[in-house]
Amino acid sequence: MRTNNLILQFTSKFVFFIIFFFAVHIFFAGHYTPGGGFVGGLLMSSALVLLVIAYDLKTVQMILPVNYMYMTAIGLILALGTAAFPMFVGKPFFTHFYDYFHLPLIGKTSLHTAALFDLGVFLVVVGVTMTIIQTIGEDE
Amino acid sequence: MINFLLIPILIPFFTGMVLIFLHKNVRLQRILSLLALFCAAFMAFLVMVKVKNEGIQSVTFGDWPVPYGITMVADGMSSLLVFTTFVLGFFIVWYGFESIGRGREQFFYYPGIMFILTGVTGAFTTGDIFNLFVFFEVLLMSSYLLIVLGGEKGQLRESIKYILVNVISSALFVISVAYLYSVVGTLSMADISVKIAEINQPGIITTIAVLFLLVFGLKAAIFPLYFWLPSSYGAAPIPVLALFGALLTKVGVYAIMRTYTLFFVHDVSYTHKLLLILAVLTILAGCIGALATFNVKQIIIYNIVIAVGVILFGVAQMNETGLEGALFYLVHDMIIKAVLFMLVGLVIYVTGTADLRNMGGLMKTYPALGWFYLIAAFGLAGIPPLSGFVGKLLIVQGGFEAGNIWSSIFLLASSLIVLLSVIRIFIYAFWGEEGKRITIEKHRYNRMFFPTAVLVVISVAYGIGSEWVVPFMDNAAKILVDPSIYVDAVMKGGK
Repeated sequence: MRTNNLILQFTSKFVFFIIFFFAVHIFFAGHYTPGGGFVGGLLMSSALVLLVIAYDLKTVQMILPVNYMYMTAIGLILALGTAAFPMFVGKPFFTHFYDYFHLPLIGKTSLHTAALFDLGVFLVVVGVTMTIIQTIGEDE
Repeated sequence: MINFLLIPILIPFFTGMVLIFLHKNVRLQRILSLLALFCAAFMAFLVMVKVKNEGIQSVTFGDWPVPYGITMVADGMSSLLVFTTFVLGFFIVWYGFESIGRGREQFFYYPGIMFILTGVTGAFTTGDIFNLFVFFEVLLMSSYLLIVLGGEKGQLRESIKYILVNVISSALFVISVAYLYSVVGTLSMADISVKIAEINQPGIITTIAVLFLLVFGLKAAIFPLYFWLPSSYGAAPIPVLALFGALLTKVGVYAIMRTYTLFFVHDVSYTHKLLLILAVLTILAGCIGALATFNVKQIIIYNIVIAVGVILFGVAQMNETGLEGALFYLVHDMIIKAVLFMLVGLVIYVTGTADLRNMGGLMKTYPALGWFYLIAAFGLAGIPPLSGFVGKLLIVQGGFEAGNIWSSIFLLASSLIVLLSVIRIFIYAFWGEEGKRITIEKHRYNRMFFPTAVLVVISVAYGIGSEWVVPFMDNAAKILVDPSIYVDAVMKGGK
């Protein structure tokens, strides 16, 4: 018998975006409040896992054609790149830089290179979690 | 440039990330990983020369003042070990081209190698005890991948044991660091050394010293914590086994050397006596194991255990001669173990079996292999012009200076058993009647033999050219004997 997942699928369409934006919020809030790349990444992958549960791996792979293995590698390169950049300007490895900028709409904002490092962590966490879930899920 | 000492570590790290994208393209992966290891070895050599000429190099991450940031320190010992690691990595990867198999190569074998080398060299270079733990995990995670990659039944069984033991020892490591942190309140190695000297090693510090010995002893396979090593290493394919045998236990040995010369130097009569007894027992256990088996891989694996005992015996003497000997022997043993595993891999490839009793008569068909094996075997036992001699001589001399007459004589006698165990392979495999033989591809054999032969030549050169190595060793041993040099250099280097 084919089960009807209408309610689950319909709800997850909404909930996915709520979790997605919460993950983004947590990621950006990390510098001043609890949160950061690791938790944000986990939340983001939980949103993706919700989709996988409501639909199936193939559909999700069709909607989001992402190679999570490469995503992990890109995250690693981004994190290492941020950490290694100061070497080229004569500062010790892992020195971070920050400054205040006037952005349109948002106004005065401080931008910090630690956020780039966090973005790397974020990508690695999402990549690793989704790789684990995909490989176990596809296993017959 | 202040970050110079990091470059040899960052090269394999970055290459590993790039190789993930290229995992289907075996040819490109091979070229890139060899190139990266060559560059890393070259840079490591430059760092080693710089350390010798200008003293200890250190950099604290993120421009923080010293005890607050993570410091990376390249002193004589660590720069020497990093250089050796990359040279060995280069030849082992080269050897692996023909022996590891295409399936593994397409499934992240090369990124695994790159990350394990990052972990090993990072552990050698770090100056922060918790960062040491992190690098231990980096190398262990990669070693889990490499030991299970291929998914043969034996590999699956042994990797469970291996992971279980290492997870437990890592948990113990965290607990020991937590104890140490609660007593001294700092994680920077130089600062810990200062703080322990201030509080003059009360009983709790001695307890922590023994806990650290337990932790690093599990990684380095000392008696009675070596039980996991023979079967786990036996399951790995030959190039991986060479990498593990040459590097992984040595990181544990390095950690013991570092902590027992930098931190725990105020209650030597207890801690170093314990180390001495355990070292002697380790040698004994290794000798028994090496003589008891007919499996060629196992014979060499038990020789790792013996060598760990010999090096720690040198450390336990706590005088400059003993420590310099331990360093000499450590580098010698890294090289010679890689060489022996590669040679034994060739013997297994040619005969199709690892059992000595089914081999024989290889000398007629493979004379070059036979002679190179004999040279490596003599090098392992420490016959004078070869590489094992100087280290063991200095260790025994240090033992006599420290008044440990009987155990030093025991150490000398154990060399005979080491020689016997490896000569047994020579007698069984190379002499006598023609044994069982399988058809092999000659060009594959040649391509595996070439890097092995070059590495044998390097090991011989290390023995004959000890004169040139001595200044580096002296420089390194001086810091081990007098931790204040290390502490001053690190504290000053940060600000």
